[in-house]
Amino acid sequence: MPEEYRLILKHADEDGYTPDIDCYMRHGGYETLKKALAIQPVEMDGKQVTPQEQIREEVKKSGLRGRGGAGFSCGLKWSFVDRRSGKPIYLICNADESEPGTFKDRQIIHKDPHQLIEGMIISSFANDVHLAYIYIRGEFPEGARILNKALAEAREKNFLGKNILGSGFDLEIYVHRGAGAYICGEETGLIESLEGKRPYPRIKPPYFPAVLGLYMCPTIVNNVETLCHVKHVMNLGAAEYSKLGTPNNTGTRIVCISGHVKKPGYYEIQVGHATIGQLINDFAGGLHDGRKLKAIIPGGSSAKVFKAGEKFKIRKKDAEGNDVEVEMDLLDIPYDFDTLMAAGSMSGSGAIIVMDDSTDIVEALGNISDFYAHESCGQCTPCREGSLWMSKALNRLNSGGGRQQDADYLLKIADNIPGGRTICAFGEACSWPVQSFVRKFKDEFEAKGAAAEKSREESAPQPVPAK
Amino acid sequence: MTGKIFNYEDKRREGNHRMAQMEDQQDFVVPSGLESEIDELITHYPEKRSASLMVLHALQEKFGYLSKQAIEWTAAKLDLEPVNIFELVTFYPMFRNYKVGTTVIRVCRTLSCALGGSHKLHGHLCSKLGLDPGEKGPQNTPDGKFTIEFAECLAACGTPPVMMCNDDFYDNVSNQEADKIIGKYRK
Amino acid sequence: MAETTTKDSSQAVQPQVEMVRIKINGMEVEVPKTQPDPITGKPVPTTMIQACAMHGVDVPHYCYHPKLPVAGNCRMCLVEFGMPAVDRNRQPVLNDDGSPKINKMPRPAIACATAIAPNMEIYADSDGSKEMRKAVLEFLLINHPLDCPICDQAGECKLQEYSYEYGQAESRFVEAKVHKPKQVDLGPRIMLDDERCILCSRCIRFTRDIAGDDALGFFNRGSYNTLGAYPGKSFDNNYTLNTVDICPVGALTSKDFRFRMRAWFLKETDSVCNSCGTGCNTIVSSREEVIYRQEPRENDAVNSSWMCDHGRLNYKWQASDTRLDAVSARRGDVREVIDWPRVVDELSGKLQSFAPGEVAFIASGQMTTEEIFLFRRLAEKFGGLRESFPNVGEGDHLLVSADKDPNTNGLFITGFTPAGEQGRNFQSIQDGIRNGSIKALFVIREDLIARGMDAGLLEDLQLLVVSDIHRTPTTDAAHYILPGCAHFEKRGTFINVKGRLQKFMKAVEGPGASRPEWEFLHELVHQTTGQNGFSTIEGLFNQMAGEIPALAGVTWASIGDTGRSVELPGA
Repeated sequence: MPEEYRLILKHADEDGYTPDIDCYMRHGGYETLKKALAIQPVEMDGKQVTPQEQIREEVKKSGLRGRGGAGFSCGLKWSFVDRRSGKPIYLICNADESEPGTFKDRQIIHKDPHQLIEGMIISSFANDVHLAYIYIRGEFPEGARILNKALAEAREKNFLGKNILGSGFDLEIYVHRGAGAYICGEETGLIESLEGKRPYPRIKPPYFPAVLGLYMCPTIVNNVETLCHVKHVMNLGAAEYSKLGTPNNTGTRIVCISGHVKKPGYYEIQVGHATIGQLINDFAGGLHDGRKLKAIIPGGSSAKVFKAGEKFKIRKKDAEGNDVEVEMDLLDIPYDFDTLMAAGSMSGSGAIIVMDDSTDIVEALGNISDFYAHESCGQCTPCREGSLWMSKALNRLNSGGGRQQDADYLLKIADNIPGGRTICAFGEACSWPVQSFVRKFKDEFEAKGAAAEKSREESAPQPVPAK
Repeated sequence: MTGKIFNYEDKRREGNHRMAQMEDQQDFVVPSGLESEIDELITHYPEKRSASLMVLHALQEKFGYLSKQAIEWTAAKLDLEPVNIFELVTFYPMFRNYKVGTTVIRVCRTLSCALGGSHKLHGHLCSKLGLDPGEKGPQNTPDGKFTIEFAECLAACGTPPVMMCNDDFYDNVSNQEADKIIGKYRK
Repeated sequence: MAETTTKDSSQAVQPQVEMVRIKINGMEVEVPKTQPDPITGKPVPTTMIQACAMHGVDVPHYCYHPKLPVAGNCRMCLVEFGMPAVDRNRQPVLNDDGSPKINKMPRPAIACATAIAPNMEIYADSDGSKEMRKAVLEFLLINHPLDCPICDQAGECKLQEYSYEYGQAESRFVEAKVHKPKQVDLGPRIMLDDERCILCSRCIRFTRDIAGDDALGFFNRGSYNTLGAYPGKSFDNNYTLNTVDICPVGALTSKDFRFRMRAWFLKETDSVCNSCGTGCNTIVSSREEVIYRQEPRENDAVNSSWMCDHGRLNYKWQASDTRLDAVSARRGDVREVIDWPRVVDELSGKLQSFAPGEVAFIASGQMTTEEIFLFRRLAEKFGGLRESFPNVGEGDHLLVSADKDPNTNGLFITGFTPAGEQGRNFQSIQDGIRNGSIKALFVIREDLIARGMDAGLLEDLQLLVVSDIHRTPTTDAAHYILPGCAHFEKRGTFINVKGRLQKFMKAVEGPGASRPEWEFLHELVHQTTGQNGFSTIEGLFNQMAGEIPALAGVTWASIGDTGRSVELPGA
């Protein structure tokens, strides 16, 4: 059985480990920052390479991919930043953890806030950022307090503020609280929210955050876990770091498992070193006794659902580097970025939601759709109208008003939303569950609709014969 | 095996449909201590408008809800039009432009918690407080002590069902646990 | 409302803009690489929708408006498109014939916000583009009330238009519609029906970015999003009615116009607003000689696509019951109604009975250039003092000029009153009447009593001829009243404060015996001087242009629909 590999959460759950700076420093905290700030310019190929460029290169070489949902290369994201505009560059930590099923950032913020702050300071240094924000979801008031306390402690020790540790580098970090909006997890929605506007995601092009972000300045938005990883990349060095995990899927990942398992919780693994089956059955203790697996959502509620027993043909590279097609059972899929994508879903925010055979799949989808209807910002047409339409249709289906044709009806709505038709990826987020649930469990949707039709027919008043 | 996990009572939430109206709070005064705190918050941003959410949080924490006066005060403070602030207050469910009970209970409604029994918890709490278990939106108890509503994912999906009472967080809440929690806040 | 980009040939020469070759619906075209930004005027990349419009391809849209910042929210203008393929080394991939290989992009783009690029191919009419349009339309309609029979927008509604083109007859939607506030009293001139609103944000952007009054916003969230003003605050700046024009559906309606007339019964006439010196271009909508509304007509050299509420609603005086509708002569205490040939005869005779300098002439910046030109002729014939008055009020940052007359420059350019000399002869004229050196006054569109002249002084005159369109204390004192026409009732030109010469057309007939002033002035000039003139406005204008250097070479026809700039005296 594979084991957890705790890098980010190494100390978080140790007895006596507290979120204060002294505890963090006793465990080697801020040593990586000191190391980073001490990097000297080097000459390479006749060119002067600044310490900042060296750190960015390390992050790129580490293969670190964003832990927020899209799994985009962190180094590449940083490389898009417009460094010639003359405008300030901002860093925003996306702590708006709100993808249903995800509760990893909560652990970091509550238990080891300084790790995040250290990661942010290093990332800010590497990108010439002098003002950074932590956008934390409104429902984490305690997390905001903890972070504010930690920031004050860091300021006290001159890890923040002017001329940090004599390096000449200035940085200030502030906590900004959201107020209950999933859309603020979308980076341009987050930026608008931070600007004090309705968090309507921006159209891209032209408003790519790396060029026209916060206050129309170049901006980096990284997830909490990603920024913590930056610290570890610098601590271990890209070469060592990238030995963790699997090629192109490096490092560790905190996987959150919830739903119908005996031991729901968060488990940090090397990316790809455990299969979905191992995560569910070994880490999370398996399903409740007497229950059978019905469905798995592998990457937060917007990821496409997997049906128990599904088999996949996955294109992989074999030992010689040739493309081969491997047939894989659902439970044998290694939990990483690429394989899940190849299987038609995604690891998203690293959240597995397990449903056993007691679950009414139509109702489960109804629950998810209610979430997306509630969270659609309403800016653009397909998502605004489509998300509520699907939720209403599912509510009708779930409260006895269904029709057999509702399965197709739902698919037609869902098919008109994604694929770049909306301003942001929320269009995909709200339609993928519907597309995948209905396609994979169509019989259940049709049965529910048919049953409702039959019951209406039976209870319809019989025609009264004319006198 | 239907309707056990999810509450599909016929009376369903009308989404987040709130009316564009406001409460009048004649005695609204921002204490000077709070105003200094707010002034300090504003310094965190290169542009004042950015402080909107933080100012609103600060005011709501003090007054329990955001009245017409609070909205206009915030707008004036940040050199904005009241409509700019009202747009935010009505967008974010955590902001309330209506009066609420002393304790606001927010039960997570979303999938993992639903699978873990949050609809039952919500139903239990509603019955306990004499409110309608079929209503998903906010409901106040007549004595003004409690408001209960469903909230979307509170990001603690591994320990369902979860709920918040004002800023306090509770997970793995059984019915017995819920009774105790209510008892604590009733005092 | 017209949304085409008008080219103003008389504007300063644009710097040479690089041209880019692209394909639109398979048609190879060239488009400029940049376009001026609607707000800042700075060159910004040309977008797909602009490129298509330049070549006559209409990409359906709701939220996009050429004069507003791009929002990109309606998604109606989504199009499929192709881009030149590049290989791993970012080198272009070529077809066998050496042309660049074009790959259809996997995701569509909104034409309103996507910049064109060399060799781009826009598939605005592809099946895929049409399917997306159809889907967006369906989404927009599910919560839209089907109240077209009582909706003011009917006939000029973009939802109706595109539904006809892309929609399906039957709705699949079987859920309950979202209900929102109806008949919201948004401000003194605007009603809002939130259920009809498609949340395109044009009105919000207009009032925030153009009018400078951040008054509107969206409340709530998602499908429950609701447009509104801050509760208790009235939407009341001087430009609110423009939001009605740009509302693509019937959500925002003008209180002045709503329920008064179906749009398709209206006759539209190109006109120019006379409420101030800006001379906003307008469309006057009328039916059976009644004006129902006035809307701005696009003219980038003058008013863009906007006009102020005051000017827009300032048409009601045209039909007021104080209009003068009869020619009359005062014989002692009796006012006798006479006809035009007789009044022209009598006046010609009487005017000629005075010695040079005994008749003074008072004109107004409300008169058309042609009328002022003829009036000056008449004044020159009798060698009298000439006067006109400045009419100054408050201007604003956008369109309203401090000059409340539409044609002050017409007075200057014809030389009736030299620039800067308005009001200077008034005292001399009053003194002249007092000392008997001035015995007659000919006044057009001016109330001298309101200007401070003593009513008794008018009584001293041997002859007072007044032409106006409304009854005033001065017309009451007149020996002859000549009922003139409002600018809605005749053709002519105004020259605005910036020297833009603009013509307007006749929308409705004037009341009773009222007559365009230039017609009777022409007859008076003819009868008193023997000079021939032109009895058509075209001929008259061209004759005038031949005599005034600033108008040299300009003909009535060459003024065009949006006018042209002329050199102002002293400028």
